[in-house]
Amino acid sequence: MGFTVSNQGDVTVVDVDGQLIVGNRQELKQRVLDDLAGGARKFVIDFSETGYIDSSGLGVLVSLSKKIREKGGELRLSSLNEDLRTLFELTKLDTLFRIADDKAAALEGF
Amino acid sequence: MRHDLVLEIPSDPAAIQNAVDLVVRRCDGSDYCRRKLELNFRVGLTEALANAVLYGSEKDPSKRIRLEIIFLAKRIEARVTDQGPGFDPCTVPDPTTPENIERPGGRGLFLMRELMDEVHFNEIGNSVTLVLHLEPPAQLDDVASA
Repeated sequence: MGFTVSNQGDVTVVDVDGQLIVGNRQELKQRVLDDLAGGARKFVIDFSETGYIDSSGLGVLVSLSKKIREKGGELRLSSLNEDLRTLFELTKLDTLFRIADDKAAALEGF
Repeated sequence: MRHDLVLEIPSDPAAIQNAVDLVVRRCDGSDYCRRKLELNFRVGLTEALANAVLYGSEKDPSKRIRLEIIFLAKRIEARVTDQGPGFDPCTVPDPTTPENIERPGGRGLFLMRELMDEVHFNEIGNSVTLVLHLEPPAQLDDVASA
């Protein structure tokens, strides 16, 4: 369980490995907020290696999206598996985020 | 055939996934059951335990969370009880409405209700029982021919 952060042009890409849950959500939040404070405005969080996101993880994504938008930026998500997509649809968060099928699609035109 | 499992876990977020993994591993079933176990039950139980740890016990490591599982042929019942004062689940707003969708919290209870077949709280709200049915719903043809 961990995060890998890289830069693709002016886009900050975060790969979530394992789970985004109550035990590690603050680590992700702080890392993205640090980059936001450092001037980054475009973010992609990729879940191709993520098995599960709990409600507190969903809450962190909502919170980050709001803070990034307030700074004039955008947070995109990518590579949700079938179960994760079900959770986003149930909670209607699929209406709040731009969700791409894969990382390349998320980066396209960003 | 009936099996029971009782666990007491510390009020520590790090303990949640181990407990959920242990319970899910103990469940057998068909492909239909496996999908419900791996998504519905896993999410529902994780959220119930997270609520107990974060809000019921307020992450106080001296408090314990009791998890009781009853395995039945056609259903699983999971009861999660914390040592907190309880809460009124009716006061938790719907997190999917436009005015609430950007609030960071409130989705745990919503997911429990969406993914489990039954959710029952005790009177003071410090104990929740989740029920998952392990058989597909009857088809109309089956009902008609019964």
